[in-house]
Amino acid sequence: MSGVLIRGGRVVDAAAGTDLEGDVLVERGRIAAVGAGLGAEGAEAVIDAAGLVVAPGFVDPHAHLCEPGWERRETIRSGARAAAAGGYAAVCSMPDTDPAVDDPASVGFVAAEGRRAGGARVFPAAAVSVGRKGERLTEFGEVAAAGAVAVTDAGRTVKSSTLMRIALEYARSFDIPVLAHCEDADLARNGVMHEGVVSTRLGLRGRPAVAEEIGVARDLALAEATGGRLHVQRVSTAAAADLIRRARRRGVRVTAEVTPHHLLLTHERLDGYGTEYKVNPPLRTGADAEALRAALADGTICCVATDHAPRHYDEKEQAFDDAPFGAVGLETAFALLHTRLVAGGVLTLPELLERMSAGPARALGLPGGTLEPGRPADLVLIDPGMEWTVDAADFLSRSRNTPFRGEKVTGRVVRTLVGGKTAWKLAGRQ
Amino acid sequence: MSGTAAALGKDLTGLEPLSADQIRVILDTAEPFKEITGRRVKKVPMLRGKTIVNLFFEASTRTRISFEFAEKRLSADTVNVGAVGSSVSKGETLVDTARNLEAMSIDMVVVRHWSAGAAAFLAARIPSNVINAGDGAHEHPTQGLLDILTLRDHFGRLEGLRVCIVGDVLHSRVARSNIYGLVKLGARVAVCGPRTLLPAGIEEMGARVFGRVEEAVEWADALNVLRLQLERMQDGFVPSLREYNRVFGITRERLERAPGRLLILHPGPMNRGVEIDSDVADGPHSVILRQVTNGVAVRMAVLYLLAGGAPHLAEAARDWTGA
Repeated sequence: MSGVLIRGGRVVDAAAGTDLEGDVLVERGRIAAVGAGLGAEGAEAVIDAAGLVVAPGFVDPHAHLCEPGWERRETIRSGARAAAAGGYAAVCSMPDTDPAVDDPASVGFVAAEGRRAGGARVFPAAAVSVGRKGERLTEFGEVAAAGAVAVTDAGRTVKSSTLMRIALEYARSFDIPVLAHCEDADLARNGVMHEGVVSTRLGLRGRPAVAEEIGVARDLALAEATGGRLHVQRVSTAAAADLIRRARRRGVRVTAEVTPHHLLLTHERLDGYGTEYKVNPPLRTGADAEALRAALADGTICCVATDHAPRHYDEKEQAFDDAPFGAVGLETAFALLHTRLVAGGVLTLPELLERMSAGPARALGLPGGTLEPGRPADLVLIDPGMEWTVDAADFLSRSRNTPFRGEKVTGRVVRTLVGGKTAWKLAGRQ
Repeated sequence: MSGTAAALGKDLTGLEPLSADQIRVILDTAEPFKEITGRRVKKVPMLRGKTIVNLFFEASTRTRISFEFAEKRLSADTVNVGAVGSSVSKGETLVDTARNLEAMSIDMVVVRHWSAGAAAFLAARIPSNVINAGDGAHEHPTQGLLDILTLRDHFGRLEGLRVCIVGDVLHSRVARSNIYGLVKLGARVAVCGPRTLLPAGIEEMGARVFGRVEEAVEWADALNVLRLQLERMQDGFVPSLREYNRVFGITRERLERAPGRLLILHPGPMNRGVEIDSDVADGPHSVILRQVTNGVAVRMAVLYLLAGGAPHLAEAARDWTGA
C-alpha cells in the first residue's frame, strides 16, 4: 500500500466547509479520509504537519509556460516545477506559444510534457482561433478530446464579435469555458501603462481603463446571449469588476480571475520606468486595486490567477517601450496574498485558500480544489508563520521578472503533493 | 555663489528631478556663455580633452547641431552616432550600446531616443554623464531650459509669470520639461489645445487648462507654441490642419485681441500656417531665433556643470580671448 498520513495540521478545505485540527490520509494517490486522530496503520509514510496548514493544492487558471518556442523564458518542465514550489498542484497553460497550441497534436505535446515534468499537473488551454489570429475557429472538439480544458486566444482579444459569439456558442457543445482577455484593442492601441496622471508625467502611452470596461461589457453581453461559459482573465479595473458582479447577479455564466500584482500594486510603481512593473493589463489606480480586493472578497472574482509570464532578463533590460509585458508569479502568489490580504483583514485564510484552489478548479472544471475522499490527493502544506524575503535567485522558474523583488512576506509553502506524491519540498523541512 | 562641482549630479535626465536652485544655477551659468557666440573666436578651453558622443536614435537637426556647437565651443572632442547606418539600426539593444560606450571610456553621452525613460535607463548603466536630448514624450530638459532662459531674458523674472503652452501637449516632451521647470521657478503655467491632445491628469502637474485659445491669449504673458506633427492628423487626433489653424492657430488677429503684449516662443521646427502664422513667427512678438541662440549657451552651461565646472568660474569664459 502506498498510504501517506499527513498528521496533526490545521486542515482547511473551504469547499467542504472543513477547518479542523487533524489528519489527512492519502491512499493510492487519492484522498482516503480527513479527520482528527486517523490511525497510521497501513500508512507507509507519515508527514508531520504540526503547526502547518494543510489545504487543497492551488490551481492556477492562467500561466504561460512558453513551450514550444520560448524555451529561453520557461519550459513546461521548469514552469510545472516552479508551480509546485508555489503550492500549485495544477496550472492551466496558455496557448500563446510559437507555434500556438491550436491543434490536437500541440495540446497532446503540452499535456505529455506536463506529465513528465514532475511538478504541478499541466492542463493545456488551446487557442480559440487558428494561430491566435482571430480569423478561423480551432477544432474545439478535437482539442478538448486531446486534453484541452478551455479555449482562449491568451493575451489577445478576439476582435471579431461574431467570432467571439460563435466561440461561446460552440464551446457549449464540449462544456469548456472560453477564457477571455477582455479589452477593446482599438482603444488600448499601443499603450504601455495605465492612462492617467502617472503616464502623463512619464510621457508613456496610456491604456485607458475604459478599454477594459468595453471589452468586459461586450463579452458579458455575448455570454448572456449565448449561454456560453465565459471566464474573464485578469480583471484590472473597478468598473470591470462591477460589470461582472451585476452580470453574475443576473445569472450570466461568468467567472473571473485577478492577479496578485493587480491586487497589490498600482501605477505609481511605474515611476522610474521599472520594466518589472510593465504588465498587461497595466497596474491601475489605488481605487481600482481596492475594488478588486473587495470583488475577490465578495466572490465576484472567484479566483486568483498568477498570469505567470516569464521573460528573459535581457528582454526586460531594455527601454520601457521596447520591453515586453509580463511578470512571473507562481512562486510568490500565496505568500504575498497571505501577507497583505489575510493579515490585512481583506480575506480570511480559508477564503484565500478557496480563491486559490476550489474557485479556479470550479471555473475551469478541473478535478482538484477540495479534499473530499476519492479526489486526487493534491495538497499543499503551509507554514503560516514563516517569514521570508522574495529573492528571484531562488526561483525554479527560468525567469526572474518579479515586481515583488525584496518583498518581506509571511507564510511559506513547505510541501506540495500531487496525486499523493511530493512534487516539491522546501529544503531543510521534513 | 555656493555652486559646487556636484551642482547637478551625474546626469541631466530631466527638469523634474532638479530643484529650483539647480535650475537657476544652469540659467546663471548660461549667461557668460551667451557672449562667446557673439565673438570672433567662438571657443573656450573648458572641456578640452573631454570626449562626448551625441547618440541620436531619432532624427534631429537643430538639437544635434546645437549640442555639437556647444561641445565644440567648449573644446570637447565629439562623435556623432545616428540611428541610420550604425549598430543601432542593426537591432543592437540600448544596453549593449551603453556597454560599448562604457568600454570606450566616453566622458559624456548626449542621447535622444524614441522611448520615454531611455536617458535615465542609460544613465543608470554607465558611469559617463548622460544628457537627455529628448526621450519619447517624456522630457527635453535643455529645450525647457532654453525656453525658460528666453523668458527670463525678456521679462527679467519668472515668479508669477503666466506662460501658456499651446498645442499637442500629449505627445510633447518640450511641454513636460517646460511645466516641470516653470512650476518649480514660481511661474504660473497653463496648457491649451484640443482635448484630444491634452493628456489625462495634466492639471495635477500644476497646469491649468484652457479649452479655447482666445482664453489663453487673454490670460498669458507668453505663449509657447508647439509643433503639430502631421502624423497627429493621420492618427485622427485632429480632423484637419486647416481646422486646427482656424481654431487653435496663433494668428495676428488673435494676438491683436490680447490685453497686453504677448511673447511668442516656438521650439521648432515650425509648421507655418498650421500652429503659427508666418506674420506671428516673423513678427515683433516672436523670440523664436533668440531661443535658438540661447540653446547653445544653455547646453554649454549644462555640459560645463556636468563636467564638474564650478558655476562661478564660468565667468572666466568672458575673459578668454582665444589662443
